[in-house]
Amino acid sequence: MAKLIVYYAHPGHKYSHVNCKMSRAALEVDGVTYVDLYADYPRFDINVDVEQQRLLDHDVILFQFPMFWYSTPSILKEWQDIVLEHGFAYGAGGDNLAGKTMILAITAAGPEDAYSAGGYQHYPIRDFLRPLEQTANLCEMRFAPPYVLYSALKAPKVGEVEPHVEGYRDLLKSIRDDRYDFNAGGVNDVFGYATLPIRKES
Amino acid sequence: MDGFLLLAFLFLIAGVIAVPIASRLGLGSVLGYLIAGIVISPILNLLHVDVVSIQHFAEFGVVMMLFLVGLELEPRMLWTMRDKLLGLGGLQVGITAALIMAIAMALGQPWTIALAVGMVFSLSSTAIVLQTLNEKGLMKSDGGQSSFSVLLFQDIAVIPMLAFLPLLALPELQEMAAAAHGAADDGHGSISLVDRLNGWQRALVTVGAIAFVVIAGSYLTRPIFRFIAVARLRELFTATALLLVIAIALLMVVVGLSPALGTFLAGVVLANSEYRHELESNIDPFKGLLLGVFFITVGAAIEFELLFNNLGEIVGLTLGLMALKAIVLYGLSRVFRIEGAHRWLFTLSLAQAGEFGFVLLSFSVASSVIAPELAERLLLVVALSMLLTPVLFIVYEKWIVRRFAVSQEREPDEIDEEGKVIVAGHGRFGGIVNRILLSAGFKTVVLDYQSEQLERLRAYGVKVFFGDAMRPDLLHAAGIEEARMLVIAIDDKESATELVHYVTENYPHVYIVARAMDRHHVYELWSAGCRDIIRETFDSSVRAGRSALEALGVHPYDAERQVRGFVINDGKQMFDLASSYDPDIPAHENEEYVRRTREYLDRYADAMKGNSAAFATRLDRGWVPPTAEDVEAETSKAADDD
Repeated sequence: MAKLIVYYAHPGHKYSHVNCKMSRAALEVDGVTYVDLYADYPRFDINVDVEQQRLLDHDVILFQFPMFWYSTPSILKEWQDIVLEHGFAYGAGGDNLAGKTMILAITAAGPEDAYSAGGYQHYPIRDFLRPLEQTANLCEMRFAPPYVLYSALKAPKVGEVEPHVEGYRDLLKSIRDDRYDFNAGGVNDVFGYATLPIRKES
Repeated sequence: MDGFLLLAFLFLIAGVIAVPIASRLGLGSVLGYLIAGIVISPILNLLHVDVVSIQHFAEFGVVMMLFLVGLELEPRMLWTMRDKLLGLGGLQVGITAALIMAIAMALGQPWTIALAVGMVFSLSSTAIVLQTLNEKGLMKSDGGQSSFSVLLFQDIAVIPMLAFLPLLALPELQEMAAAAHGAADDGHGSISLVDRLNGWQRALVTVGAIAFVVIAGSYLTRPIFRFIAVARLRELFTATALLLVIAIALLMVVVGLSPALGTFLAGVVLANSEYRHELESNIDPFKGLLLGVFFITVGAAIEFELLFNNLGEIVGLTLGLMALKAIVLYGLSRVFRIEGAHRWLFTLSLAQAGEFGFVLLSFSVASSVIAPELAERLLLVVALSMLLTPVLFIVYEKWIVRRFAVSQEREPDEIDEEGKVIVAGHGRFGGIVNRILLSAGFKTVVLDYQSEQLERLRAYGVKVFFGDAMRPDLLHAAGIEEARMLVIAIDDKESATELVHYVTENYPHVYIVARAMDRHHVYELWSAGCRDIIRETFDSSVRAGRSALEALGVHPYDAERQVRGFVINDGKQMFDLASSYDPDIPAHENEEYVRRTREYLDRYADAMKGNSAAFATRLDRGWVPPTAEDVEAETSKAADDD
């Protein structure tokens, strides 16, 4: 059993169509720690001690958020800025996160083909996530390919929400039960609900 | 006098013993009262007590209950339920009466008697059903609202029924009655004004009376209550409230209308008034007691001799009646799309005959419509069906709710905005809390007992009720049972603490946000059980401190972090000291408290002199750049990696 913590960050939770359902699903999975960052720190005064303890207590750190301007919502950046302290997460004596795994579950408004050299976003989505990937690297964590829903704003119309939420539920359960293959996929890959590398047995 | 005391003692002791037992067994208070009545009926017989006349007196409880029901219903709400009221209610009464009439005729009764019986049995028991629905918190549910609509229609329908019954009089019974009564007037001893008027005059008086209630309720009550509020005497309020109800009832009797309807109307008119909760809390105990007496008399009036001599017949009739009513109700619930467990609540709750049945029966006998012998048996059927009603509610709770609880799993709503917030005190503090809650779409009930202030607020359209939140009955009337939260913003320190005490003890489900006047008040409120305490001037002081820092040249973001740190530290310290505070020991004699306070004071002093980092907080973490050595270590590591 891997100890999994889900960090959810969405400042417009009540306007969300996909992330709110994903976060409810995450709440319902037993044996998973769920943190709604905007609910815990509505005034952004993140408690460094509490957060570092949370990191120490878990093996897999999952960040669930909608892409905002090719990055995370601001509270998640604030969280990185002050929780991943020198001497704790990196630098001299900062090896507390070594060996842990970071994985992202993100939604993006643009369609899949936009995230390519020829598309209007010009770069593959993994390129926008390199800062997080390198953060994991610097902290000696494994960075697993993210779980992505493209065209998230159109998802309710085309019936993509339910399968994505179900896939998310399976993702969390399989991580918890050691059935998820973190090593699947390369540095440019992402997974959708149809392609999640979940094993039947642990 | 002795007789009265003895009677009062009998009724009270029977109720006081039977009702708690019945409640504990989950039977509900109504069944408790009924059983109490059955138990004391031999004693009452022995004392030659006129149970029926007590019952007539106690029926006033029903009138009061309808007044209270009216108070809960704003005219707008009444209008929105007009479909159910007329459709559901009208069809229930019409179909049930017609079916019963047909069956009675099939059993060989003449059509006049059959029709009278149909009308008697078509009614259900407002008293039992409303009391039970309220007790079980089912009143606001779909099933409860539908039941209420039907009951309301029935209560209104009684009026034309009373007018119609005398037309069904049988000549032979009339002769008998005339012989028995001699030249006496009808046994009604009425004070009716309208007896001698013809049709259109009667109609005019009726309309006039209703108009009077509506207009006087809208325009006269406010100045009267304001006048009385100035005197600040509780019992004066109680007296005025009682006077109001009795006066309306009397007016209705005089013009030949149902007192229940009149007071209901008055209640609806006053539902928007700021004195609504005050009225509710004043009338409520009277209603409760009178209804209690009423149910006891129903229990006591059961003639067991007659019942046991005709056991099969009467039990058969009762069960048949209840089955028939239930079938009609079930059918209607399908037509009106009352779904799931609500359908069964609706079906089962209204399947009995009611107290208006007694009224109509005695009136039918008096009007020579039904022979007394038949009426006695029918009376037993009515009483027995009322006696069985609590059993039906138990069936509903034990079997049906459970069955549907499993099958009705629904996704929980993201934000549950149901459940209201009670704001005690609408001054500078409570007023802002109220505005914020309202603007976020929550329902609030604001209580304040300064009538001058109410006047002003009402002028701006703020919905505020007159009343002292310290009074348990008023809190009850304001709906503390179903409230989610209580905001305490009253000026008096001791009262606020006491209120926290009372509510945490009696309504642990209610979340309390309380205003504290000062540090000691925080500890008082904490030990009283409040866990969300806001110091009145703390936030503004903190803001002033931040302003000062900024003006002194501290970078605004540093100033912000500084005061945040201060707030966090202060909160910790407050919590620490609150835990060692004991309201029963004066602070300066509480050793633990004194020791900790001194500790904190010393740390403050050190911090002032710059000797320690007492104000250092978690907010000083982060953004602190690595030291030169750190950077050194980092570079050499990088070199190693290469």
